[in-house]
Amino acid sequence: MPRNEPTEVTDGWDGGRSPRRRKAVRYGVPVAVAGVAAATIGLVPAFAGSGSPDLPKISAQDLIAKIAKSDVQQLSGTVRVTTDLGLPSLPGGGAGAFGGAGHGDGAKGKDGATASPQNKLMELASGAHTLRVAADGPAKQRVSIVDEAAEYSIIHNGNQVWAYDSGTNTAVHSTAAAHDKGARWHHDRKDAPKDLPKGLKNATPQDLAQQALKAAGDTTSVTVDGTARVAGRDAYQLLIKPKQSASTIGSIRIAVDAAKGVPLKFTLTPKSGGAAAIDVGYTAVDFAKPAASSFTFTPPKGAKVVDGDKERAKAARQHGKDFKDRKGLEDFKDRGGLNVIGKGWTSIATIKGSGSGLPTGKSHGAGGDAGTFLDGIGEKATGSFGSGRVFSTRLVNALITDHGTVYVGAVDKQALIDAANAAK
Amino acid sequence: MSQAEAPESEVPGTDSPPRRSPRRWSLGLLRSEIGTTFRRWRTLALLAVLAGVPVLVGIAVKIETGHGGASGGSGGGEGGPAFISQVTNNGLFLVFTSLAVTLPFFLPMAIGVIAGDSLAGEANAGTLRYLLVAPAGRTRLLLVKYATTLTFCLVATLVVACSALATGALLFPLGKVTLLSGTSISLGEGLLRALVIACVVALSLTGLAAVGLFLSTLTTSGVAAMATTVGLLITVQILDTIPQLHAIQPYLFPHYWLSFADLLRDPVYWDQLQKDLGLQALYVAVFGSAAWARFTTRDITA
Repeated sequence: MPRNEPTEVTDGWDGGRSPRRRKAVRYGVPVAVAGVAAATIGLVPAFAGSGSPDLPKISAQDLIAKIAKSDVQQLSGTVRVTTDLGLPSLPGGGAGAFGGAGHGDGAKGKDGATASPQNKLMELASGAHTLRVAADGPAKQRVSIVDEAAEYSIIHNGNQVWAYDSGTNTAVHSTAAAHDKGARWHHDRKDAPKDLPKGLKNATPQDLAQQALKAAGDTTSVTVDGTARVAGRDAYQLLIKPKQSASTIGSIRIAVDAAKGVPLKFTLTPKSGGAAAIDVGYTAVDFAKPAASSFTFTPPKGAKVVDGDKERAKAARQHGKDFKDRKGLEDFKDRGGLNVIGKGWTSIATIKGSGSGLPTGKSHGAGGDAGTFLDGIGEKATGSFGSGRVFSTRLVNALITDHGTVYVGAVDKQALIDAANAAK
Repeated sequence: MSQAEAPESEVPGTDSPPRRSPRRWSLGLLRSEIGTTFRRWRTLALLAVLAGVPVLVGIAVKIETGHGGASGGSGGGEGGPAFISQVTNNGLFLVFTSLAVTLPFFLPMAIGVIAGDSLAGEANAGTLRYLLVAPAGRTRLLLVKYATTLTFCLVATLVVACSALATGALLFPLGKVTLLSGTSISLGEGLLRALVIACVVALSLTGLAAVGLFLSTLTTSGVAAMATTVGLLITVQILDTIPQLHAIQPYLFPHYWLSFADLLRDPVYWDQLQKDLGLQALYVAVFGSAAWARFTTRDITA
């Protein structure tokens, strides 16, 4: 019977104390473990975030030059993409309609549509995603979107481009012409697989930084704002702020690797405050040459192989007419072929309407059910131009007049209305 | 008295000569505990249910594709459980599908039953005091009970995996395994990865097992402990799906459970797996020590 007393087990270290005290001490153990864990979870990221390494001072000019000079060809790493553009979260079907405007039934019926790259791009436009990237010179790149229990990979090697979707076990193959950067949006539809490596490469911090710097000019203040540690590397922080007050962009922060000059993190904060609208950064980066096997792809046995070139040709024939229009609509950052009012951060793209009955949702590259949906969230706006509807997100506002003319820009509503009034 | 207490005062983990005989003794205790647990009809029924799930999934996929004809895995890819579109090409994928199907509820429910029953069941049956009369000590008995539950975690996972492998090999072809990244590996390596995945799944359940053990020390009713463990599991699984709670979700024990799929990437993506195993270790530390604090200080009356 003495074995059955709680006191039996303990006399080694606290024998003689009252049972109540011992009880308190013992219960202290799980509490202490939980407390230490909570403190670690709470404090380690805080320390990691505030850790600003001691680096020699550098001017913004030199830092930009450093980025331009940077010649890192080989790298692999993990990129975390978090976007909060203030778009309503899109259910699966909506995402299809959203990206597939004007597709008609051309590609929708096929299961190739689920493997279609533009859906994947649209997915990146909301929520948080993990990308694994590897690059070895301009001819070899690999990007994988890591989903839960699924993965979407694009492998570019020379003139061969493969996209593989593990969810549907579908591989899309296309041959790319010689890649020249100027032709990025030039000759083809965005959803064509062959453009995809470029489209997705846009998601890396390097490309975003380059785009942001391109937009800089006398309309922008560029400063070096301290240092940071990103993906375990020392980095300078470049702070870019638009000077024009109408812009919806509050600031852009780019963390640049101090040694290599590679942008490691890109954070865009809207003027309205809150969480970053776009936050793209490496969580791990390695500048060693990636294994050559990362860039080879053989379609696995049993996978459905889609010839991307043929699909594209077929689709282009079907949508040849509205193709030019759509190109501009799909990515209003690219202003080629559009009318652009203003300059710098407050540029506003206008698309002349074709009269009445324009599907209003189209300003966002949407159609069908997404269009009617967007119609519901539009806000009435009037001015000397007449009347129309304003669609707002955290960054981009769009005004669609009743005549069907569309004004889109990363500017506030008043600027859009002013632009419409001026155009009148 | 003092002679008998010498081994008793040993805190597990310290090594000193007089420990030897108790260790042999607790191995004996462990063996007898495992034997008792796995001889129970309830345990066998749980394992039978777990073994039946892969068979059902396999037959369902076979019938579905049998009607579908040539279209193969193209239709089933959407909405179904993970990897199900690959099952027709390679029976080995039935292992991954079955684990993905059973991991959210079936497996943890079985663990909850075993863990919840471990001490409370003994107390309920009035046998706990007799176990404590044996010169094992409460800490050691607790460790033996937890080790038995962990053994059940591993056995249950392996039962699902083996049943799935057998069903998959019977109904579908086996061959080169396509990883999520699109690279193919040999069947041998695929089997190896399947084994590693089974171990990771078993380890993923250790946190829940510790929670169950703690709940089991709180009550003398085995059914109450089981029901609470399973209820807690369901609650946490629901919380894990509510988007507004994303701030706390990384700390819920099932949050990274499906990260075992990351072992099928090329190269393996360790990030989530590390988080998963670290989280389980944390739960084991917190609830294990809580169970220890409770069990070594409470009065055993049953």
